Amino acid sequence: MNKNRKLLSGPYLVWSIAFIIIPLAMIFYYGFTDETGAFTFANIAQMGTMENLKALGLALLLSLVSTIVCLILAYPLAMILSNLNVNQTSFVVLIFILPMWMNFLLRTLAWQNLLEKNGVINGILNFLHLPELQIINTPYAIVLGMVYNFLPFMVLPLYNVLIKIDKDIINAARDLGATEKQTFLKVIFPLSLPGVISGITMVFVPALTTFVISDLLGGSKILLIGNVIEQKFKQGSNWNVGSGLSLVMMIFILLSMAVTTKYDKDGNGGAF
Amino acid sequence: MLNTQNILIDFKNISKTYGNNLVLDELNLSIKENEFLTLLGPSGCGKTTTLRILGGFEKPDQGQVIFDGKDITSLPPNKRNLNTVFQKYALFTHMTIAENIAFGLKISGKSKTYIDDKIKYALKLVNLDGFEDRQADSLSGGQQQRIAIARAIVNEPKVLLLDEPLGALDLKLRQDMSYELIRLKNELGITFIYVTHDQEEALTMSDTIVVMNQGYIQQMGTPEDIYNEPQNAFVADFIGESNILPAIMIEDKLVEILGARFACVDIGFGKNKPVDVVIRPEDIDLVKPEEGTIQGRVTHLIFKGVHYEMEVMANGYEWLVHSTDMVEVGQEVGIHVDPYDIQIMNKPESEDEEAVGINE
Ligand SMILES: Nc1ncnc2c1ncn2[C@@H]1O[C@H](COP(=O)(O)OP(=O)(O)O)[C@@H](O)[C@H]1O
Ligand SMILES: [Mg+2]
Repeated sequence: MNKNRKLLSGPYLVWSIAFIIIPLAMIFYYGFTDETGAFTFANIAQMGTMENLKALGLALLLSLVSTIVCLILAYPLAMILSNLNVNQTSFVVLIFILPMWMNFLLRTLAWQNLLEKNGVINGILNFLHLPELQIINTPYAIVLGMVYNFLPFMVLPLYNVLIKIDKDIINAARDLGATEKQTFLKVIFPLSLPGVISGITMVFVPALTTFVISDLLGGSKILLIGNVIEQKFKQGSNWNVGSGLSLVMMIFILLSMAVTTKYDKDGNGGAF
Repeated sequence: MLNTQNILIDFKNISKTYGNNLVLDELNLSIKENEFLTLLGPSGCGKTTTLRILGGFEKPDQGQVIFDGKDITSLPPNKRNLNTVFQKYALFTHMTIAENIAFGLKISGKSKTYIDDKIKYALKLVNLDGFEDRQADSLSGGQQQRIAIARAIVNEPKVLLLDEPLGALDLKLRQDMSYELIRLKNELGITFIYVTHDQEEALTMSDTIVVMNQGYIQQMGTPEDIYNEPQNAFVADFIGESNILPAIMIEDKLVEILGARFACVDIGFGKNKPVDVVIRPEDIDLVKPEEGTIQGRVTHLIFKGVHYEMEVMANGYEWLVHSTDMVEVGQEVGIHVDPYDIQIMNKPESEDEEAVGINE
């Protein structure tokens, strides 16, 4: 019995060793050594350079803005979805998920085409004699790309908590005299906090480390920390510095996850 | 008790459909101030819908709800002077018990000392003193139920609506809680509107019972009326166990059941008129064969604690009999029923009534 169970978990063990443990170990190894293989903190310290700090700061700012925009857009959407009846829901969710089946790169490239100086959107605006939209290669385009790509990761956890709130709990709040606004603030929102938290994590973390979106929509001038790390690995072929910076990012990610899970626990009890 | 005759709530021609499911059909119902009124009926008959229309969570397609002389049909729930205890308690799981109970009071802007006093009072009333700081989901079903009641009554509503509040509790707790609800009702002196599908609950607790089926009110009356004088076969069948038989009213005070003539006390049904009769199992006396109106043989015998339950095959029908005296299976017996224990009912006339037959 016990033996069988161990056997069953075998493939999973192999998988996680091959694709999680070994890469992580390699990043740790490269991160703490120099080209000759000698132990060093220099790679980690690279994060302290002005350039890298700027890239990190910008990445933090843009992913924070994107997360907030996602939350503001996703919450009403998830509320509407959770109030639809079952047939309508599957249809709307399908429409919503459909673009997610398209490759992430393709979607971002599509936005590049749409936003370009002589792209689709400006073509239409010109045709209508309206002023051109010039956001390609600006932080705005990056935020747009992040919001577009990561919005579903905010909607789905929100939808999942909202759909589970018993309608009679909402009715009870109304019954006890709460207006619709009070019901939202005192009951619906606090009860949805776990979804808000996981939505924030699921948008913020990938947005913080992306390099594809900033590459395609931000041009070559705007560097986020993801781009810096990518360049170290690819152009500079400097795996040591790249790994060192990645380790620092990992701390940021763990930190943001720790903060959110802590809030999540509090949210169950003392939000009010 | 002076104004017990005042009508507090009036449902006027209320209809409600979901899709093409007609749930309530021109319902008319008057509820008096300070009464304990129970909506009783099988699952799906429209009890909850009636309650939700009164609470303001559903709009009727047609008709009016009058509360205290005012039309409240389109008033939102937060503007109605009544509170609901929901079927599955619906406590706020992200709050403590004290915060749950304080919810309505905070919204209406009561002072902190007033709220604290009220919480204490309400917890005492439902026998849960000291539970202020517990989390809602750490309580048992029965305790959550009491908190739901406490949360509702601190707002001093004129009417408390309770939707199958004992449904999820086990038998012992259910009995205890039903006594507590009666005590609460008397202590608060407000109107209770209670929904249940359990006829025993309805009979023990109510001042007035409204028996519903398929969106129609079948009968309304005191528990005694409903039990002793069911107006149709559905009510008779739903309230307690009974023998329901087709019969012919030969003349006033004489009815022919399964070919045998029984004396009864009902008059005014006409001559040779087909009717239904109800005879409660405890009203049948098993006597010596030659003393009975009809004769039969005992086919089943079960000991039920307080009484024996027997089935007697006579004139092609299995009569259900409850008695404290045992008669062995296979024995020949006579069946005797006192005239006032035979309840005569009109056969259903319209198709609507037909539809509510005894298929429960
Ligand atoms: N929100 C709803 N949507 C569709 N049908 C409903 C809804 N609520 C109730 N019904 C239907 O209305 C009928 C009566 O329901 P309800 O009032 O809950 O009955 P009861 O409380 O007597 O069991 C049932 O057939 C039920 O399926
Ligand atoms: Mg119900």
